[in-house]
Amino acid sequence: MALSWYLVVSALIFCIGAGGVLVRRNPLVILLCLELMLNAANLALIAFSRMHGNSDGQIFALIVLVVAACEVTVGLGLIVAIFRRRLPIDVDELRELQG
Amino acid sequence: MSTTTWGWLVLAFPLAGTIVNGLGHKKLGRGGAGAIGTLAIGLAFVSALGALFSLQGHDAEHRQLVSSLWDYAVTGDVDAKLSILVDPLSVYMMLVVTGVSTLIHLYSVSYMRGDRGYARYFAYLNFFVFSMLVLVLGGNFLMLIVGWAFVGAASYLLISFWYRRGTATKAGIKAFVINVVGDVGLVLGTFFILRHSGTLDFLGTFRAVDGGAFDAHHGSLVAGCLLLLVGAFAKSAQIPLHTWLPDAMEGPTPVSALIHAATMVTAGVYLIARMHPLFEHAQAAADVAAIVGCVTLLVAGTIGLVMTDIKRVIAYSTMSQIGYMIMAVGAGGYVAGLFHLMTHAFFKALLFMAAGSIIGAMAGGQSLEKMSGFRRAMPFTFGCFVVGGLALSGVPPFSGFFSKDEILAFVGSRGGWFDALYVLGYVGAFLTAVYTWRMIFRAFLGEPCAEARELEHGHLVHAEVPTNPANGEVEDTDVGFPGPEHTIAERALPMKVAMSLLAIGATVAGLVQIPFVDHVVTSFLEPTFADSKYVHAEPSNGLITFGLVLGTVIALSGIALAYRIWVLKPGSATVWRERFKPAYTLFVNKWWFDELIDLLVVRPFAAFGNFSRRTFERVFVDGTLVGGTTSVVRAGSAAVRAMQTGFLRYYAALLLLGGAAVVLYFLIVAS
Amino acid sequence: MSSVVFFVAAIGAIAGAIGVVALRNPFYSVLALVGHLLSLAALFLLLRAEFIAAAQVVVYAGAVMVLYLFVVSYIGGGATQLTPGGSQLRPVAAAAVGALFVELAIAVLGSGLKAIGGDGAPYVSGFGSPAAIGEALLTKFLFPFEVASLLLLVAAVGAVVLARRRTDKGTMLDDDEREGTHWITPRSLFSGTMAEAVGAVRDPNAPQEVER
Repeated sequence: MALSWYLVVSALIFCIGAGGVLVRRNPLVILLCLELMLNAANLALIAFSRMHGNSDGQIFALIVLVVAACEVTVGLGLIVAIFRRRLPIDVDELRELQG
Repeated sequence: MSTTTWGWLVLAFPLAGTIVNGLGHKKLGRGGAGAIGTLAIGLAFVSALGALFSLQGHDAEHRQLVSSLWDYAVTGDVDAKLSILVDPLSVYMMLVVTGVSTLIHLYSVSYMRGDRGYARYFAYLNFFVFSMLVLVLGGNFLMLIVGWAFVGAASYLLISFWYRRGTATKAGIKAFVINVVGDVGLVLGTFFILRHSGTLDFLGTFRAVDGGAFDAHHGSLVAGCLLLLVGAFAKSAQIPLHTWLPDAMEGPTPVSALIHAATMVTAGVYLIARMHPLFEHAQAAADVAAIVGCVTLLVAGTIGLVMTDIKRVIAYSTMSQIGYMIMAVGAGGYVAGLFHLMTHAFFKALLFMAAGSIIGAMAGGQSLEKMSGFRRAMPFTFGCFVVGGLALSGVPPFSGFFSKDEILAFVGSRGGWFDALYVLGYVGAFLTAVYTWRMIFRAFLGEPCAEARELEHGHLVHAEVPTNPANGEVEDTDVGFPGPEHTIAERALPMKVAMSLLAIGATVAGLVQIPFVDHVVTSFLEPTFADSKYVHAEPSNGLITFGLVLGTVIALSGIALAYRIWVLKPGSATVWRERFKPAYTLFVNKWWFDELIDLLVVRPFAAFGNFSRRTFERVFVDGTLVGGTTSVVRAGSAAVRAMQTGFLRYYAALLLLGGAAVVLYFLIVAS
Repeated sequence: MSSVVFFVAAIGAIAGAIGVVALRNPFYSVLALVGHLLSLAALFLLLRAEFIAAAQVVVYAGAVMVLYLFVVSYIGGGATQLTPGGSQLRPVAAAAVGALFVELAIAVLGSGLKAIGGDGAPYVSGFGSPAAIGEALLTKFLFPFEVASLLLLVAAVGAVVLARRRTDKGTMLDDDEREGTHWITPRSLFSGTMAEAVGAVRDPNAPQEVER
């Protein structure tokens, strides 16, 4: 398949993930949608790596994988902390950083 | 030490005194502040003497020395420098100012003893002396204007010294505002002159004028000189800018002695004398000065006849004598005017000091109607009043006689319409004698009043409830206020010393310029006035002799008339008052100058101010400019604040929208 | 053949993505994401990135999603509504997302990069193999590799710090005598201050030493 197909799929997944971030209220699900967006980026990177023929894009994708893992770790830690504080698990309720 | 260094020292000492007293007033306490203030001026006087001897060491052509400390703003058309001019005129003024100031500081040390604002008083007084010295020592228009303005400020500070009194603060503001009118005239006059002279420096300007820079711009010169005269009249309390001087008597008596008798009010005389090359080329302005001086001396003399507050009598007397000086320098008799300035400083300061003493005996009261018969209770004060009164009236051999007659002789020698001024001058002299001795006879002769009787038994009266002598309202003594203790000269050594020295000066100062005998002042001042066209305009011997005799006769007859009305036939004053009722009304209302200025100037300006505040300020500035700007900002910030909701998803939505917009932009650019 | 696999994998990925967004129960969303990740691994294989595909499955779908499942089980899904209060955001979201997709599609399909239209560079044997990746990581990309490991360390430490549990209830007001805490205003426990999270202020009954 031509590489542009992969890129279109990547764009679609990215947009679906972005929509999910905007629409969902549960922070866990928002994190999942963030994962979607990151994966879409990974797909694009791998596609371009195939296009160029060297493994730079794959290394990049690997690092993105690492970053995603770290981000998930920290994010879930935050959500656990929020849960322990008996605060509602709802990003619409957690809005003290305002003004 | 060079002459100009002495000049800078004269400026430095009072400034140091101000700073030390001003900043350290809490630590210095009573004795320290007074000692430092007096010492500072004393050292300034010594430096002035140093400048004098050093100046006389130069030969006659080289006695105008300029020293510049710092170039402030030297550009194409303006050369503004911090420079002083040490020449005979400025040394003369320096000596008078510092000499009399030292004695007044000494007097104040005990007069203001019970006052809470003692250190503040000495700081202000030193500041005043510093400003006056800047004025007389200044070598260019810039320094003159700076000194002029500072002197006005110092005068304001000192007039409203007892700032809890409404009358004092109002008087201070009145003095300041009228002086500012004078300042404006001075500055505008400087501009007119600077336009064609090209330099702010005095000597440079005089050279330019003598060299013909204004031949084609005579109108500018006359306008400039007239504006300078506005400044001179405001500072020297000449008609019509004189209304502040009687009100300025709200200040403490030593302040009146220093500022409103001996030094500040003579600044106008100094100005005209210093600018004599300009005035001689602008004859119209000089004539205006002479006429205004003559009018003032008459008007002030008439008002002095009917005033009941002792300090105001002396104030109007000051106005009148300054009128003599302005008339003299306007007519071209610079030496005569300056000689009278010196003698006037002595006897007027003496009179004020003695008035302070008697006010102390009256527990702060100043009304002549309540004073009588203090002769036995206060012999020293009486003696000082007599000496000062004789000098003021012009009785030989006291100093006022020689100086006043020199002025009148010169005016008479000018001829033409100056003869009218000559005659009016003698009328004024007669009035001077009458009102002076009216004051002295009323206060010291006759039946002793209650306070005098108490004093004869050795008990100084104190008021139980302190009241404002002007309007009788009870005063707030909590802060900055004359203390409950009053001092009289008989009981305070510093006061006695100061008054005695001034009495000696008032008596013998005239001996330096006796006609036909010696002319110390003339020869001393000659290097400054060498370029004047009146330098050789000596009155004829006949005129001089006639003047001497006439002066004596008029003075003695004035004293005799006063004696008859107020001592021999008490009650005849009321008869005279009834007989000349319209004149009396005119004089008592001070020729309605206050009301006239109120009508012509104060009310229109107040109306304009009200209009500005109510309409322009409120609607335009507050409403549109300020209100409009703030509401725009407030609306903008409200709009921006609406974005800071704290909702995570809204932020994410904004991010996404922004991202989409950026990608769109790139697409458009790339296509 | 590869087109079929491509379409199957692509549809699986997109379906998984839609499932993540649309499913109410977060547990089901996690499972949908797992499916998505497996489809994506297939797509990676189609693109000859063997190592990345394997890493994706093992690390991402295997470890990270398991972690997610743990947390979801701990917190409990709750039948939270999809968008009860944020419904005014839906049209905006749809518009923004739609616009973005259209733009990206235009960018990709109308791109001047001719190479996108083809299958990519000629295949070199060993492309995408672990050997190639390892060699690149240790030579050309050594620094990012080390930094990434540091990042992992930081994340691990951060997670531990964030999720520490207090064993006892109480206030932190008693700790004023501790040095350096005078600038911390006393707050009640479990109010979520960073001071509590980083251990700058403790209650006296908690164990003093925390394992790091």
